[in-house]
Amino acid sequence: MSARSEPVLRAPQSRTKTSPVSASGPFEFTLALGDDALVAAQRLAEWTSRAPEMEEDVALSNIALDQLGAARLLLTYAGELEGAGRDEDALAYLRDDREFRNCLLVELPNGDFAVTMAKLFFLAAYQLPLYTALAGCGDEQLAAIGGKARKESAYHLDHAALWVRRLGDGTGESHRRMQAAVDGTWPYVHELFAADPAAPVDPATLRADFDATVTTVLAEATLTRPESGWAPAGGRDGVHTEHLSYLLAEMQVLHRAHPGARW
Amino acid sequence: MSTARAAVAAVVDPEIRVITIDELGILRAVDEDPATGRVTVTITPTYTGCPAMDVIRADIRRALAAAGHPDAEVRTVHAPAWSTDWISERGRAKLAEAGIAPPPPAASGGVVPLTLAVRCPRCGSPETEQISRFGSTACKALWRCRDCAEPFDHLKAL
Ligand SMILES: [Zn+2]
Repeated sequence: MSARSEPVLRAPQSRTKTSPVSASGPFEFTLALGDDALVAAQRLAEWTSRAPEMEEDVALSNIALDQLGAARLLLTYAGELEGAGRDEDALAYLRDDREFRNCLLVELPNGDFAVTMAKLFFLAAYQLPLYTALAGCGDEQLAAIGGKARKESAYHLDHAALWVRRLGDGTGESHRRMQAAVDGTWPYVHELFAADPAAPVDPATLRADFDATVTTVLAEATLTRPESGWAPAGGRDGVHTEHLSYLLAEMQVLHRAHPGARW
Repeated sequence: MSTARAAVAAVVDPEIRVITIDELGILRAVDEDPATGRVTVTITPTYTGCPAMDVIRADIRRALAAAGHPDAEVRTVHAPAWSTDWISERGRAKLAEAGIAPPPPAASGGVVPLTLAVRCPRCGSPETEQISRFGSTACKALWRCRDCAEPFDHLKAL
């Protein structure tokens, strides 16, 4: 297990802890999933026009678009569940950082290409079994969204795993950076699987599938799976890293400056 | 076929303009209320983030209005999820003609199907390779022919 002396990924700042929203009804659950997809889309889109090669630029933009598509469906449905008249735009653009329920993993900065791929790999290895389980859940709307999104998620996982293997089993430099990226992002995966038996799909039930995928791909990539220790969390309770605030500021500024603008 | 159904079925996909939404399999139903004349169209997106959906909805309404059905509603459903298996034979032929390799059958078991040989839509050679699994639109991958060296789009199985 390697530890970087200069962490690119900073721990969430300790703030006054509010009482955590532990029980996840369908609204909180759907909101959290929608926020995961929305924030992931925003981060991935930062690569548009700056990816290392043209094909990768197109790939990352496409994956961002898929995540945005899932986010729109999930947030629209979350708004319906809440019943307070908030639509997808109100939820995406008019909430502050403390009201977002995304996991910390997706809000972390992109870092280098290896960090982006590590984040995408872990996210997709979680979203694929999640959406697959949703496709069979009792909620008709969530089942439809899961059935749709899992097909796209499979492509994301495939793509990210390909890069993890290529970089891990590549040159000395690419191996070193891929391992560093895996080590740096690994602590953030645990939050994804916090048990929530009341949710439409209990995230804890997805862990075995995730671990199987990760173990296989990392082995093929000649990478070492990090030991599990430090496990930062808080995203599901609205306690985020400072990175989310900057991301939201950029994402929301236009909508807030010109409410209701259309073109 | 009713005039409403015919009008909607003829709407072309805004991103792949050689194929209609009916041939692409995203048109799920056209229902006309005989009493009020109101037409309800049901469509489903290829990909969740497909940016063409708004244009498709507008094109459907425009086509219906032109065919004498101004009272129309377009509904979007997500289940069952669209599959490339829903592209008609005619649609596949049109794609190939336009230089877009049609998708192989989507596997029923796995989520992402195994890759079968993709034939070059220009020269027919099976000696092709994938350059990128993501292409110019959400539903396409970028391929290249090893024989004639032409890059081409391939509608990937979903
Ligand atoms: Zn050829």
